[in-house]
Amino acid sequence: MSLIEIPVGPQHPALHEPIMLRVKADGERVVDVQVVTGYNHRGAEKLGERNTWSKNVFLYSRVCGICNTVHAQTYTQGVEAIGNVEVPPRAQYLRTLIMELERIHSHMLISAVMAEIVGFDSLFMLIMRDREPVMMLKELVTGNRVLSDYYTLGGVRRDVDEVKKDKILKVLESVEGRMKYYKKVFEEDFTLSRRLGGVGVVRHDEAVRYSLVGPTLRGSGVKSDVRADDPYAAYGEIPFNVITYDGGDSLSRMLVRFDETLESIEMVRYILNHLPQGPIAPKTPIRIIPAGEAFSRVEAPRGELFYHIVSKGGDKPYRVKVRTPSFHNIINGVIAYREANIADVPVILASVDPCISCTERVLVIDERSGKARSLRLKDLSRGLLDGS
Amino acid sequence: MVSTKVVKYSPWLLHFNTGACNGCDIEVLAALTPYYDPERFGVKLAPNPRHADVMVVTGAVTKKAGERLNRLYEQMPSPKFVVAVGACAISGGVFSGSYSVLNGANKVVPVSMYVPGCPPRPEAILYGIVKLLSKLDGGGNE
Ligand code: SF4
Repeated sequence: MSLIEIPVGPQHPALHEPIMLRVKADGERVVDVQVVTGYNHRGAEKLGERNTWSKNVFLYSRVCGICNTVHAQTYTQGVEAIGNVEVPPRAQYLRTLIMELERIHSHMLISAVMAEIVGFDSLFMLIMRDREPVMMLKELVTGNRVLSDYYTLGGVRRDVDEVKKDKILKVLESVEGRMKYYKKVFEEDFTLSRRLGGVGVVRHDEAVRYSLVGPTLRGSGVKSDVRADDPYAAYGEIPFNVITYDGGDSLSRMLVRFDETLESIEMVRYILNHLPQGPIAPKTPIRIIPAGEAFSRVEAPRGELFYHIVSKGGDKPYRVKVRTPSFHNIINGVIAYREANIADVPVILASVDPCISCTERVLVIDERSGKARSLRLKDLSRGLLDGS
Repeated sequence: MVSTKVVKYSPWLLHFNTGACNGCDIEVLAALTPYYDPERFGVKLAPNPRHADVMVVTGAVTKKAGERLNRLYEQMPSPKFVVAVGACAISGGVFSGSYSVLNGANKVVPVSMYVPGCPPRPEAILYGIVKLLSKLDGGGNE
């Protein structure tokens, strides 16, 4: 039997690190997976040294579109720690609110993408349809659908009033109902449970040893969530549960996301009903930050996001180091592919939520003839590999 | 040259992320969902570049992705068009001036339509594509 090498990507719009997976396969069985990164390297860390502290809020929001407020949170909270900036409680609550809205839409997006990858296009369309109202809520709160640019150093840019509050609560009610239904679909649908259940298993001890993060880690039964372990913004005051599932397979990882979405909806309700009064931003913009150093971490929808910020005083940072959750999940997540079938590779990849949004393309190379041909990731997941 | 009419009635899109922050990508994806209903314009995602009429480019075009962009463009059959979506694909956006980006899709392939925004709304992306279609009688890039 010929050993086939299948590069998955790189036209593979994964979020932080668009990647290429070199999958070595013996027949249908995956023997080895190598990760090749670098297609999306934009030099954001270096660019940050050129910009002022406040301009960098915009730059680091744009490291990742889907997790933009989380990136802004990690950056601003690090800078605020160096500069000893006090953030008003109302701003802390509003930051938490927008981060949870982001978690809701991000988890809905990956559920939709997962449905598409296993070939369930109508479910993809339905979840995407129900995600639109959440995007509109983000627009209502921040003024923009995706990149909110909601943060300033020391606060947020816009306030929430009673009218917006009622609107958010109303929309979330319907979203909650739909998400409960989709969770049931993922749990009970025959095809979905066959495609996801028992696929890409990561055991509890492996998940810890390979430092996986986020829902990928919690899907293996490890109770770890920065929001609970090291509360930032207003998370210390908001009650919520850390969701874990013990299966360690792709299905568990998806179910963690569904439960987290429902949990986030509850959190948003709590935040809106307990919003403290007061200012939302400091009166004068903050421009100069004293010398110092800060580590800052936040639970992004995909797991722990980490920034290391060094200041030598003045209006620009000396160094900003970013470590995103997908970096761990994708690169160390290769353990999940052991013994998998080729058709399961896209499912496992999507289950760690690297954010595959659109044109997935796969190149199949037959090592014997050296011939290459192209396939879409989706076709691959449907097992259209014959003849390669 | 195949008549541009063929494209006009049902343009198939190829979406390529050349180093975007994904903000644009999820908006391109959102533009393809039922809420915005792109199929009323015949707009549909093409399964691979050889079926595509319009390439939607997002992102600041990193050096590594630039080669791929060129290759994809060459794989597309004529007549073919490129729509640059987002500030990044137009000029590099916030990433312009970085050592690893080429600052915009037009440095690599000819661009027929620019959709500004960071990210543009899904309506804007569809509007850009429809606008391109209404321009089509003028002929495409060979
Ligand atoms: S234009 Fe804005 S949203 Fe689009 S890829 Fe660039 S930074 Fe992201």
